[in-house]
Amino acid sequence: MYVAVKGGERAIENAHAWLAEERRGDVAIAELSVEQIKSQLTIAVNRVMAEGSLYDPDLAALAMKQSRGDLIEAIFLIRAYRTTLPRFGNTRPIETSEMECERRISATYKDLPGGQVLGPTFDYTHRLLDFKLAAEGAPTSAPERKASGDLVPHVAEFLNQEGLIEEAPRDDTTPPDLTREPLELPAERALRLQALARADEGFTLGMAYSTQRGYGRTHAFVGELRIGQVAVEMDIPELGFAIEVGEITVTECETVNQFKGSKSEPPQFTRGYGLVFGQSERKSISMSLVDRALRWEELGEDNVGAPAQDAEFVLYHGDNIQATGFLEHIKLPHYVDFQSELELVRKMRREAGADQMPEAAE
Amino acid sequence: MTPLLSVKDVAKYYGPHIGCTDVSFDLYPGEVMGIVGESGSGKSTLLNCLAGHLPADRGEVFFDTRVDGPRDTLKMREPERRLLGRTDWAFVHQHARDGLRMGVSAGGNVGERLMAVGARNYGDIRANAQDWLGRVEIDASRIDDRPTTFSGGMQQRLQIARNLVTGPRLVFMDEPTGGLDVSVQARLLDLLRGLVRDLGLSAIIVTHDLAVVRLLADRLMVMKSGHVVESGLTDQVLDDPQHAYTQLLVSSVLQV
Amino acid sequence: MTDYNFAYLDEQTKRMIRRAILKGLAIPGYQVPFASREMPMPYGWGTGGVQVSAATLTPDDTFKVIDQGADDTTNAVSIRQFFEKTADVETTTETSEATVIQTRHRIPEEPLSEDQILVYQVPIPEPLRFLEPRETETRKMHALEEYGLMHVKLYEDISRHGHIATAYAYPVKVEGRYVMDPSPIPKFDNPKMEMAAIQLFGAGREQRIYALPPYTKVVSLDFEDHPFDPSKAPHPCGLCGAEHSYLDEVITDDQGGRMFVCSDTDYCEKRRAAGHVGTLTQEAAA
Repeated sequence: MYVAVKGGERAIENAHAWLAEERRGDVAIAELSVEQIKSQLTIAVNRVMAEGSLYDPDLAALAMKQSRGDLIEAIFLIRAYRTTLPRFGNTRPIETSEMECERRISATYKDLPGGQVLGPTFDYTHRLLDFKLAAEGAPTSAPERKASGDLVPHVAEFLNQEGLIEEAPRDDTTPPDLTREPLELPAERALRLQALARADEGFTLGMAYSTQRGYGRTHAFVGELRIGQVAVEMDIPELGFAIEVGEITVTECETVNQFKGSKSEPPQFTRGYGLVFGQSERKSISMSLVDRALRWEELGEDNVGAPAQDAEFVLYHGDNIQATGFLEHIKLPHYVDFQSELELVRKMRREAGADQMPEAAE
Repeated sequence: MTPLLSVKDVAKYYGPHIGCTDVSFDLYPGEVMGIVGESGSGKSTLLNCLAGHLPADRGEVFFDTRVDGPRDTLKMREPERRLLGRTDWAFVHQHARDGLRMGVSAGGNVGERLMAVGARNYGDIRANAQDWLGRVEIDASRIDDRPTTFSGGMQQRLQIARNLVTGPRLVFMDEPTGGLDVSVQARLLDLLRGLVRDLGLSAIIVTHDLAVVRLLADRLMVMKSGHVVESGLTDQVLDDPQHAYTQLLVSSVLQV
Repeated sequence: MTDYNFAYLDEQTKRMIRRAILKGLAIPGYQVPFASREMPMPYGWGTGGVQVSAATLTPDDTFKVIDQGADDTTNAVSIRQFFEKTADVETTTETSEATVIQTRHRIPEEPLSEDQILVYQVPIPEPLRFLEPRETETRKMHALEEYGLMHVKLYEDISRHGHIATAYAYPVKVEGRYVMDPSPIPKFDNPKMEMAAIQLFGAGREQRIYALPPYTKVVSLDFEDHPFDPSKAPHPCGLCGAEHSYLDEVITDDQGGRMFVCSDTDYCEKRRAAGHVGTLTQEAAA
């Protein structure tokens, strides 16, 4: 005898309790602290902040702990929290030319003012598992040098002095805000960049990679990649001037791309741009490549039908919170839809004489 | 008599390059106008401007609408122009793939224009589609097959059926025989001639093939470098070309 | 969750959503873009409906949530608990008691009244989406009322299968103007959409809200000679004997045994309480 399924509420409560138990894991092993996550899994924390669009390492680390290390779940927690925060106002644009660089490299010049600063990079490590890390080792320290305090000029400015690269004039118009207005197309570059800055790292990487393999090729070099702290300033109306409200770490990438020139423009280099919270090199380089590929129309290039040239495709599919939600919603009960399909298939099979449906048990 | 289409001083530029310029002519009901010239002469640009597929930079294109009489289609709002595009106008593309829905059956392809203007009886739509497949010599048994399974000539004939099913008053054709084998071309031309005569179609046909205009067009415009260099009755232009370029065009065909 | 505003969303956001709702009501069937917020539940799990409900609920409301017709499916429970916590509104499972009903995939069997609001969760608001993937193009098609393609799809169904092969999310035309996706309700529910209650549709991930004011004309697309057929499984409910309610098929054993019961649990329970019996209840009693 069929009994209508009741007790959904208790099932959910029990599932949540089990989840909490699994999250904690073996109680004989010390619990992971948020501080530990924040200070030792920094790249993951950065990703959660970048794609969560909220610069708060403590909350990002908490979200990672709560999500059992599922970064997209952690990003989701951050986004859901962020959306409830009141807005006090907008900061001034950050000045990346005044960045205190931890890392600053250029692929287009061997040496240049400000120098090549490798910083804490995986780049030249041999990817060999370091079994020493399996044991708790003594803290290591790196040699230090006093910061020069000099401003590090942007590489693109060197090219600009010769007129070899497109102008990127300062534009102080308020950019649209994806989190406050619906995404509408065609999307201007500022909006595209905003969407890319919070887009899924894997998606952005895949799109960027596809341009390198010929699907909308843009011949990109990393003109400059810089990582470091910048001051965040805000105008306080009551004071009448801007005060520094904090410092954030960002990764900025500017690519230098080939450009054949058009009827109205002589050949010159063009730019792709990426800016991401924290140390997020892969994401910022990917972002620059995709940004550049999306600019085909403005630069009078051909649309070769590549996915990375298609703003509607990129912008509608890059957000991992939208994507994962919709993907996973097919786990939800769909038996009403399925039932109507079932009836239809049965009807069509009956008409085709394909089978004799067994009568329902009654 | 009011011209069906009255073109006045139409021009289109691509940056500093001339697409076409200083084009004016009248097309009367039941008339077929041929536009010939080599590739790059501006004939396809002109056709696309007239049909509203490309925005013209200058000029007027008056079409004698059923309800309001002559209206400048270049100044029409997009909804009105698109409505014309699926009712009184038809456009036959050089490549059938551009004018067909390749994932939709032959019957659906022919029926789409009918449904777009409100036909809601499946049986009637299907009968109509069947009738039109017959008129373009496609076997009725192929009505539920997709155009991907058709030969190039059949696809082109299907495209023509799809366009003519709503009884358009003006048909634009862009190299309708362009991509086809010579033997297939002959059959298609024969078919087109029959349809033009039976239906009293008004049409503008762009082609580089003088045989096509000789067979179909009442009047001819010869284009070179975006300009109309000569126009007149087809036989007159072809048999007694005045402009040096036309003479070259005609003689080059004759020599072949 | 006292840290959050009434019904979770801040007042500014609610105002923005209410504007979209009013615009939707003014242009029935038109998809109004709105700045959907990230909700504490995943996109695709009812965030659009939840935002519309949040902007609609007042402290005096009585709220009901159904998923697949039932009040006790997990997602319905989850959403109901969310509003119990954040809005502290009364909740009910009784259709007639509720002032706001959020639903996924069903319209209640019991006719709704003028003082009720039905909020639908919508996954893909664009009825033309699977014919034309581009949003820029589909918006143009709506603007210019170019819906020929929609009928081409129905034509193809009939030519291939002998009848229209769309069983749920069956497209409708609203007041002779906009073609609208009714959300994935079974086509059986389509005729109910001409109702006394206000119907609001929220698509969170796709950032669209649309609406039907009371008594709006809603016509399911069809052909004169292949009329729309809102049929369902040809059985009565095994529990309450209802002949005209939408049924879930339940597999009862591994021998191919199955039974059919009302998908609308509240409707079924009420009928049974009123003494109606189905074949299964009779057998059990015997």
